[in-house]
Amino acid sequence: METAQKNEDQPEAVIEVRDLVTHYGTRKILNGVSLDIHQGEIMVIMGGSGSGKSTLLRYLMALEKQTSGTISILGKDISKISKQEFFELRKRFGVAFQGGALFSSLTVGENIMLPLYEHTKLDRKTMEIMARMKLEVVNLAGFEDLMPSELSGGMIKRAAVARAIVMDPRILFFDEPSAGLDPVVSSALDDLILTLRDAMGMTIVVVTHELDSAFKIADRITMLDRGDILFIGSVEEIRSHPSERIQNLLNRRAEDETVDPDEYLRRLTGEDTGG
Amino acid sequence: MNNASQQNAVSRLFERIGKIFFGALEEIGRHGVMLGESLYWLFVGPRLKQPVRVASIFDEMMEIGVRAVPIVAVMTGTIGIMLAIQGIHTLKIFGAESRVVIGISFSMVREFGPLITGILVAGRSGSALAARLGTMKISQEIDALEVMGINPVRYLVVPALLACILMVPALTFFGDIVGLFAGGLFVGLMLDISMAAYIDQTIEILSVDDLMHGLGKSLIFGVLIALIGVLNGFMVKGGAEGVGKATTRAVVQCISALVVTDMLFAFIVTL
Ligand SMILES: Nc1ncnc2c1ncn2[C@@H]1O[C@H](COP(=O)(O)OP(=O)(O)O)[C@@H](O)[C@H]1O
Ligand SMILES: [Mg+2]
Repeated sequence: METAQKNEDQPEAVIEVRDLVTHYGTRKILNGVSLDIHQGEIMVIMGGSGSGKSTLLRYLMALEKQTSGTISILGKDISKISKQEFFELRKRFGVAFQGGALFSSLTVGENIMLPLYEHTKLDRKTMEIMARMKLEVVNLAGFEDLMPSELSGGMIKRAAVARAIVMDPRILFFDEPSAGLDPVVSSALDDLILTLRDAMGMTIVVVTHELDSAFKIADRITMLDRGDILFIGSVEEIRSHPSERIQNLLNRRAEDETVDPDEYLRRLTGEDTGG
Repeated sequence: MNNASQQNAVSRLFERIGKIFFGALEEIGRHGVMLGESLYWLFVGPRLKQPVRVASIFDEMMEIGVRAVPIVAVMTGTIGIMLAIQGIHTLKIFGAESRVVIGISFSMVREFGPLITGILVAGRSGSALAARLGTMKISQEIDALEVMGINPVRYLVVPALLACILMVPALTFFGDIVGLFAGGLFVGLMLDISMAAYIDQTIEILSVDDLMHGLGKSLIFGVLIALIGVLNGFMVKGGAEGVGKATTRAVVQCISALVVTDMLFAFIVTL
């Protein structure tokens, strides 16, 4: 297992995770994850379904409390800072959740204006102009008066991106941007992610299980497997990685797991197997 | 052998009772925490530049209060007539039908007005709060608020709580009047008492204390409905099925809490 290593000439880490261990109830989900995410890079977190990708993202956004380990964002340990500092920090995050998470009682335009409305003193007219600008960026100009229920899946995701970037965040989080979209729409969304990084210099963290999408947008890839980090590195490095496990995951080959017979029996009989 | 298994059953019973007891304590604790957090945002929020929006309070007041006016009117009116019917029927035994006004006034203002209004608001808005917040929870809208730096308690809970605190007593007061009036209409028909005389009698019978007894209770009902609805919504797990369960649970809990509180309140205040 490799972990992120620090070189002198490496850019500053915007997010630093050290030995992150997390549980849902008594079930351990992440077993000591460490990684750095650098200023201005697109970090793609990959891994099979249930490997803990979304979970890792939730902890990076500080939506859950970890069992142990530290997460530092923009130089601050997020479990140590005050409520007010944390509030200021969160204003610099943008998130596009897997299902969009648009507020269903607000129009698309109102959804995008909500962060402005809550955090700035701009007048309504200015907010509307800013919302339209962001809709322009995601190719949804003219849709601001529709309700989220009137949008297609791809449009919802793009509207969610517009809302995520309306405060010009330093860090942008994406959960499964291409899941459930047809290839053309999903490819357009990948281009949008690249544009956001290039034009606005955002640091972007993307969770996905789509290989094509990951290879297209990633500066570096983190490969998660059952709560462990298998690998962190560039697209080239992961492509040519000798590990059979990684190649299997990349090529979606079913694995011939070597299972301990006792363990197998316990699994079948449904007895608790412990940690 | 038999003895041992009996002991076992007894200890299991105690274990069950203990679990239920601590579960209930935990639940009450959660409501207390939510109330505390709401008050924090209401009073400290403005200083943190995160005030509770007046517009959203008005929206909730409209939804929870104003839209409930027709159904509250119909139900309290019906109750008023029912009280009149029962009162006259019972008092006939003593030939004291004309005393029915006492019965109607006291029961309407102290008991039925607050309780019926509370149950109606619980059914309309306790469930709606649970369903709305539950849906927002599973579609990650609550998470989205959180990440945007918009506290969900400030943004979603406080407006609903304030609306309940203001509107449940207001609706109750309105319901009292409708109920008394409807009762009066029936009494007028049956007993040859004029409406003016009925109103005079009612005003004479009722003290401010009686009115406050009912309205004070309904204020507590308002707090309970909002907190129970909201907490059931926040605790939703899983998909649409979870939302359905939370909605049902919210209504059942609301009504149970209202009835128990009603009894406790009457006990404490009249003691
Ligand atoms: N809210 C939750 N409560 C309990 N378990 C959860 C919760 N969310 C995710 N899990 C579990 O955590 C594991 C990792 O889930 P997740 O991070 O969503 O995986 P991925 O996004 O990689 O598909 C899964 O086994 C899932 O069942
Ligand atoms: Mg996921």
